[in-house]
Amino acid sequence: MAKVDRSGTPLVELRNISIAFGGVHAVDDVSVDLYPGEVVGLLGHNGAGKSTLIKCLSGAYQADSGEVFVDGKKVSIRNPRDARDHNIETIYQTLALADNLDAASNLFLGREITSGIGLVDDARMEAETRKIMGRLNPNFRKFNAPVSALSGGQRQSVAISRAVYFNARILIMDEPTAALGVEETRMVAELIDELKRQGLGIFLIDHDIHQVKTLCDRASVMKNGKLVGTVDVDDVTEDDLLGMIILGKQPEKAA
Amino acid sequence: MTDTKETAARARKKQSAFAALEIDTRLLGMIGAFIAVCLVFNILTEGRFLTPRNVFNLTIQTVSVAIMATGMVFVIVTRHIDLSVGALLATCSAVMAMTQTMVVPEWLGLGLGHPLTAPIAIAVGCVAGMAIGAFHGWLIGYLTIPAFIVTLGGLLVWRNVAWHLTSGQTIGPLDETFQLFGGINGTLGETWSWIFGIVAVLAAWFGLFTARRSKIRHEFKVKPIWAELVLGGLIASAILGFVSLLTAYEIPTRRLERIFEAAGQVMPEGHTQGYGVPISVLVLIVVAIIMTIVAQRTRLGRYIFATGGNPDAAALAGINTRMLTVKVFMIMGLLCAISAVVASARQTFHSNDIGTLDELRVIAAAVIGGTALAGGSGTIYGAILGALIMQSLQSGMAMVGVDAPYQNIVVGMVLVLAVFVDILYRRRTGD
Repeated sequence: MAKVDRSGTPLVELRNISIAFGGVHAVDDVSVDLYPGEVVGLLGHNGAGKSTLIKCLSGAYQADSGEVFVDGKKVSIRNPRDARDHNIETIYQTLALADNLDAASNLFLGREITSGIGLVDDARMEAETRKIMGRLNPNFRKFNAPVSALSGGQRQSVAISRAVYFNARILIMDEPTAALGVEETRMVAELIDELKRQGLGIFLIDHDIHQVKTLCDRASVMKNGKLVGTVDVDDVTEDDLLGMIILGKQPEKAA
Repeated sequence: MTDTKETAARARKKQSAFAALEIDTRLLGMIGAFIAVCLVFNILTEGRFLTPRNVFNLTIQTVSVAIMATGMVFVIVTRHIDLSVGALLATCSAVMAMTQTMVVPEWLGLGLGHPLTAPIAIAVGCVAGMAIGAFHGWLIGYLTIPAFIVTLGGLLVWRNVAWHLTSGQTIGPLDETFQLFGGINGTLGETWSWIFGIVAVLAAWFGLFTARRSKIRHEFKVKPIWAELVLGGLIASAILGFVSLLTAYEIPTRRLERIFEAAGQVMPEGHTQGYGVPISVLVLIVVAIIMTIVAQRTRLGRYIFATGGNPDAAALAGINTRMLTVKVFMIMGLLCAISAVVASARQTFHSNDIGTLDELRVIAAAVIGGTALAGGSGTIYGAILGALIMQSLQSGMAMVGVDAPYQNIVVGMVLVLAVFVDILYRRRTGD
């Protein structure tokens, strides 16, 4: 895997993010960054604060303190719309699909294509959906069915197409392969590689250490809301990563 | 052996021909139920149920509930409920009654019967309805009080605000122009009814045509031409059949004579004239078209259904679900005001009990029309058909001579049964 160039400005930088819910510090003074063409894995137990941290970036939560920089410029992300305006797209673990609507309506939810008089243009949205699906999942056929009628993999492709269609520069994937079979997991892995080559930055939340080792360039490990450390995945073994997750201890530097 | 094979093949062909029409099976089921109700009562009443006169009355009786039911679809789709619509209707009616009998003639000094009276009264009523609805929506969306509680409180509050506004009196007679919205007091007459019918048919055909063209432009599958033609023919005959029934209901000779007398003319011997399409029905049709467009073709409608299907997903997609709740209840309030125009104009005065129990009829109409209380699904046409089915049941039973308490027992059972059938249907189709 080619080395990521980290000499320039990071694509996105989260600095000293803290957020508490009713006295519990879900995220406590965490800083992570992400460069173009890089995949950064976020590791940690359930409740370690990975998803909460990332939701501060996607606009679902607002951090109590801390700063977010995109391309070196400070930005304020108060809601999902702000995040989208900065080309930050998120694929949630729950997929966040409206089950009663079809693929096109979900893909364009919140960003519908409208005709001259302001009515939603369903035909055009379906045509666009067919185009992007032809690229991401050529086997996808059920364009007129509500997404509740789709399989797990098909639902996942709807969620992914939504992120990819709008030219994301920063992509957040929350356990994208958790509910998928072997074949579909491989497809997601290929997609991540392709997006990486296009220069996107990807935050990947995952439990599977092996997968993080293969897909990611760096890994940031969290425990009890705090950042244990960020390491280059090539510098550490899977056991080192496990040690960070379970014991919260820094691996001894190899170099 | 060959025989069964042939039948099976024919059945399959029949099914595919049917599928080619792409008519919603749920819609078909409801129309079927409606026709069955009509036919049964027509037999029981020895043909009195499907007379022009009864069809006319049935439609004008349905309008008020049907208008509100279209708004209730949005409310229920977003997983809320509105128990206050009947009371809100009463408050809007009271506001409008006071505006046209006191505010405009006395405070503004325009006197009785001024041409501006009705527009002013209706505008004031609509603003009141929207303001109250928006207030409900704010309590529900922003203060997160459950809709059930807010509107249960609203039921008590608005019913009695109406009483307070009118000091408990019956207010009437209402303005003459205003009364035109009530049904029998305002109809299009034969010529305009036919013009309306023809325009409606042309508009429907145009709609079919543009939908087809748009599909072809994007290279989607389209139905065969014959299916389009059959569909167009069915729609045309339904619209024109409805218009011809309504125009066939003739204005009584005595009344016609009086109309001629008022114009200073003598009625020619043997002159007859039909009522035609009531203006209130026209209002319902306009409301139905607008609400259908909102539901299917606007962002607002898309967000309403998305929020009903998955509120979290909608919020994560950047939809302001709180503001959406305000908008939904504001629309409901506006529709209550429009229904109040129709309902009070129909009885030519405002009374304290106007719209009593309408909340239950409106919810029942929406639910019979296939709106799921779990949220996320429902149609405007379904709610209107639901209202029509309920009204047909009720007036049919009244014609047969069933006492009112028994009517309610039947309607109650039909409501439960309809929801059960809907559950079975969903289970079979899997959606």
